[in-house]
Amino acid sequence: MTTVTSTSSRAVSPQLLLVLVLIVLAMIAPFGIYPIFLMKGLCFGLFAAAFNLLLGYVGLLSFGHAMFFGFSAYVTAHAAKEWGLTPELAILAGIATAAVLGAVTGWLAIRRSGIYFAMVTLAFSQMMYFVAVQAPFTHGEDGIQGVPRGHLFGLINLNDTMTMYYFVLAMFVASLLVIHRIVTSPFGQVLKAIRDNEPRAISLGYQVDRYKLLAFILSASLAGLAGSLKALVFQLASLTDVHWHASGEVVLMTLLGGVGTVFGPTVGAFLVVAIQNYLSEVGSWVTIIQGSIFVVCVLLFRSGMIGVMTPWLKRRGITG
Amino acid sequence: MIMKRLLLSAAALALSAGMAQAQYSDNKVKIGVLTDLSGTYSDLAGQGSVEAAKMAVEDFGGKVNGTPIEVVSADHQNKADIASSIGRKWYENEGVDAIFDLVTTAAAVAVREVSREKGKIDINSGAASTVLTNAQCSATGFHWTYDTYALAVGTGTAVVKQGGDTWFFLTADYAFGQSLQAQTERVVKANGGKILGAVKHPFPNSDFSSFLLQAQGSGAKIIGLANAGSDTINAIKQAKEFGITQSGQKLAGLLVFISDVHSLGLDTAQGMQLTTGFYWDMDDGTRAFAKKFGARMNGKMPTMVQAGVYSSVTHYLKAVQAAKTDEGIKVADKMRELPIADFFAKNGKIRADGRMVHDMYLAEVKKPSESKGPWDYYKIVRTIPGDEAYQPLAESTCALVKK
Amino acid sequence: MMTFFGIPTQALFGQLLLGLINGAFYAMLSLGLALIFGLLNIVNFSHGALYMMGAMVAWLLLNVLGLGYWPALIVAPIVVAIFGMIIERTMLSRLYKLDHLYGLLLTFGLALIIEGAFRQLYGISGMPYSVPKELAGGWNLGFMFLPIYRGWVVGASLVLCLGSWLLIEKTKLGAYLRAATENATLVQAFGINVPMMVTLTYGFGVALAAIAGVLAAPIYSVNPLMGSNLIIVVFAVVVIGGMGSILGAVITGFMLGLVEGLTKVFYPEAASTVIFVVMAIVLMIKPAGLFGKRS
Repeated sequence: MTTVTSTSSRAVSPQLLLVLVLIVLAMIAPFGIYPIFLMKGLCFGLFAAAFNLLLGYVGLLSFGHAMFFGFSAYVTAHAAKEWGLTPELAILAGIATAAVLGAVTGWLAIRRSGIYFAMVTLAFSQMMYFVAVQAPFTHGEDGIQGVPRGHLFGLINLNDTMTMYYFVLAMFVASLLVIHRIVTSPFGQVLKAIRDNEPRAISLGYQVDRYKLLAFILSASLAGLAGSLKALVFQLASLTDVHWHASGEVVLMTLLGGVGTVFGPTVGAFLVVAIQNYLSEVGSWVTIIQGSIFVVCVLLFRSGMIGVMTPWLKRRGITG
Repeated sequence: MIMKRLLLSAAALALSAGMAQAQYSDNKVKIGVLTDLSGTYSDLAGQGSVEAAKMAVEDFGGKVNGTPIEVVSADHQNKADIASSIGRKWYENEGVDAIFDLVTTAAAVAVREVSREKGKIDINSGAASTVLTNAQCSATGFHWTYDTYALAVGTGTAVVKQGGDTWFFLTADYAFGQSLQAQTERVVKANGGKILGAVKHPFPNSDFSSFLLQAQGSGAKIIGLANAGSDTINAIKQAKEFGITQSGQKLAGLLVFISDVHSLGLDTAQGMQLTTGFYWDMDDGTRAFAKKFGARMNGKMPTMVQAGVYSSVTHYLKAVQAAKTDEGIKVADKMRELPIADFFAKNGKIRADGRMVHDMYLAEVKKPSESKGPWDYYKIVRTIPGDEAYQPLAESTCALVKK
Repeated sequence: MMTFFGIPTQALFGQLLLGLINGAFYAMLSLGLALIFGLLNIVNFSHGALYMMGAMVAWLLLNVLGLGYWPALIVAPIVVAIFGMIIERTMLSRLYKLDHLYGLLLTFGLALIIEGAFRQLYGISGMPYSVPKELAGGWNLGFMFLPIYRGWVVGASLVLCLGSWLLIEKTKLGAYLRAATENATLVQAFGINVPMMVTLTYGFGVALAAIAGVLAAPIYSVNPLMGSNLIIVVFAVVVIGGMGSILGAVITGFMLGLVEGLTKVFYPEAASTVIFVVMAIVLMIKPAGLFGKRS
C-alpha cells in the first residue's frame, strides 16, 4: 500500500501545485464533459474516499457501506420532497442518519476483524436493505423520484446544472481536505499504527476500539454525504444504492484506483462510472467488458491506477 | 497529466459534437431506445426492442419529409440513476427527440421526470405500472403496450367467469407485485370472487415450494402469480413438480411474456391463461412483422413489448411527419389526434392521460400436442376491448385529465 | 388437529422438509466454497457463476449432444472442473500470497464474464429442463406431497457431503490436504506436489458447485443469473459454520435451510434476510463461527 501523502517538506509545493491544477481542471471540466456524469463521478469518488478511510488507513474492509450511502440518500430525498427542507438541511439529515447507523454498526462490528468484520457489516447492510424494501417511505423498487434540488440556504438555486456542479465540487474538495486532515493528524497516525500492528498500538496504551469506532463513524458520515449529494443530483433515491452490489462496487473502485491513497479511490470511481455510462451504448457487452477490466487490473495493475502512476509522477518530481 | 489529456480530448469531442448538433439539429429526427440490454428484462425487451425500432424506421423509409431519422440505443442496467443521466445526456447533448421502450418502472419514472422537464417525448412500452398514466402522467409522455390494470382485468375477469372464484396470491414483495395483486383483487371481488390469502415472497426468489404449499393449504381454486420473469418461471415450474396443477388448482400468471413461456416449455406451461397486448400469430400483419423480426433476431418471435416499440415508433414518426416539426408538445398533440391502426393495434387511440388504449387478448398456452413448432404457443381465447381492459379515464388521478 | 403458533403441525413438517431440501443446495455449495477457502485462501466469488455453468452445461449436453440427465450429472461437473482448473492455473495461482481482496476481485470479475458470456449466447430468460423420467412423480407422505426428485436431491447431497468429509478427514490424501492448509512449504518438502493438489482441490470445489447446478436444473429456472445472488448467502453459510470447517459448512447449510423454511411460514418477506440476522448474532457470540477453531 503506497502512501502518496507522506511528503517531505521540500516536495510540498509541487504537490500543492498539482492539487491546485486539479481543482482548476475540475472547475473548467463541465464545459467539456457532461456535468451530470462529472457529478456522479464526484459522488462516487467521495463515497470511495470515505470507504478508503477505513480500508486504507485502518485496514478494515467494510462490505456494507451501501447502507450509509443509500440510506442517507433516502433520508435526504424524503426530507427535501416530503418535509420541504432546504438542501443543506436535507443533506445534514442524511449525514446524521448515516452517522447514527455507523455508530450502531461500528460499535458491534469493530469487535471483529478481517473477513469477520466484513461479514458483520454485510449482515447489517442486508438488514437495512430489508428495511428499505419494507418501509413505505422508500416506495419499494420505484424509489423516491422527483426530489426537488431546492435553494441552498434558501438563496442559491441548485436547479441550474452548473450551480449544482460547483456545489458538489465544493463539498467534494472540502471532504477530501477533511480526509487528508484526518489521516495526517495525530489521530490518523494512531489509525495507521493500528492498521500496521494492532497489538503494539494496544500495548502503547491506545484505546484502539475508540479510535476504530470514531474512524468508522467518520467514514459512514462521509459516505452518507456522498449519498445525500447523489440523491439531489439525480433527484431520486432508489434500492440500487442500498443493494450489496453497491457495497461491492465501492470496493472495486477503491482497489482499481489504489488503496490507501487520497486520490486513488476517486480515480477508480470515475473509471467505474465511465464504464457504466459510456459503455452503456455498446449494449449487452458491458458486463463482460467490466469483468475483463477487473481481471486484468488484478493480474497486471495490482497497486491500482494511482499506484501505477506514482513512480511516473515521482520521476518528474511531482510527488515526494 | 493523464487527467488533463483526457479532459482535453473530451473537450474536443464535446466541441465537435456541439458543432454537429448545430448543423443538423433541424435536419435530423433522432430517437433513442433506452432499455435493459444486459439484465433480467433483456429478453422481453432489450436488443429486440432496438431492432424493432430500427425496423420501424426502415419501414418508414428512413426519412420524415426528407429529413433523415437516426436511432440510438443504450443499456440503463435497470438503474434509475443511469436511466435518468442517459436520458438527460441524450436530450441535452445529442439532440434526441424521443425515447422509447423504458422497461421497468423505476427507470421509466426517472426518464419521465427528465422528459417532462425538457418538453420531450417518452413512449413507454416495457414498464408495467399504472403510475405512468396517473400520478406521473405528462403531456409528452405515453404508455403504449400494457399496464398492471389491463393485466388484472384481462386475467382476473376471465378466470373468475370460468369458475375460478377463490384466489390465493404469491406476490413479489415489491411495489410492482403489490400493485398487481391489489388491482387483481379488486377485479376478482368485483366479479364475485373471494380472496383466501396471499403470501409475499422476497424478490428475487428461487424456491417457491414453501409458498406453493401454503397456497395449496388455503384450498383456493386459483393461485395468482403477482410477480414476473424468473420468479414466475420458478413458481410455475415448481407448481408442476409438486403436483399442484394436477390436483385441480390452477395457476394464473398475471404478467407472462412469450419469452417466459419459451423458457418454461409447453410441457410445463400448458393450459395457463394470461393476458397479452400482442401475439405474433394472429393474422397476416402480425405474422409478416414476426417473420422479419425473427430473421434479425435468430428466429425469436417478438414479445408484446418489442412489437409495441415498433408500433409506437411508427406512430411517433407519423405524428412528426404530420406536425412538420419534432418539437415535443406539438408532436404529442398530433399523436393524440391521429388514430392508431397497424398490425399491433387495430383501433388504438391515445387518451389525455397518455394511455394508448387498444384491444388486449386473453390467451391460453397450448398443449405440446397442439403446437406446430417453436413459438407456436398461444390460443387466443378472447379479445378484450380496449375500453374494458384499461382503467377508465374518470378514475385516473392524472392532472391532465379534465374533470 | 394440533397447531403450532397457528400453523397446523402437519403443514409445519412439510415446510421443515422443504427447508431441508433447500439446505441441501446450501450445503453442497458452501462445502465447495469452504474447501477452496481453506486451502487456497481465496473467497471464490465465481462460485455462483460456476453453479449456473453446471446447469447450463447440462442443458447444452441435452440439446446439442442429446445427453440426458444422468450422463450430465457426471459430464457437466467434469467440464466445469476443467474450466475451473484452467482458471486456477492461469490466474488464481498468482494471487495466493496476496490479500484476500484480490482473489475476491478477480473471481468477481470472472463471474461477470461467465454470466455475461452465457447471456450473450443464450439470452436471459432461461431454458426448459425436465425432471428425468425415473424420478418423476412423488410420494404422498400424508402431511404433504413430496416429489421424488426432491428426495433424490437431499439423498445425493447427503452422500456427496458425507463422502467429501470422509475423504478429507479420514484418508491419507485428506491428511496431506489438511497439512498443506497449515503449512504448504513443509508438505512440499515431503515430496508432495502441493500446487497440483491445490489445482485439484479447486477443481473438486467447483465440481461440487456444478453438481448442485445440474441437480437444480429440473426444479429452478436455468438462466445465466441463477447463481448471482446465491454467492453471498452461501458465503454467509460458510462464515456461520466457521471458515475452513468442512463439517461446519455442511451442517450449517442444512440448518439454515430449516431456519429459512420456518421464516417462509411465519414472516415470508424476510426469508432472504434471516440468514444475515443469524450471521450477525453468531459472529457476536461465537467470533470464529459455530464450528470454527478459535484463532
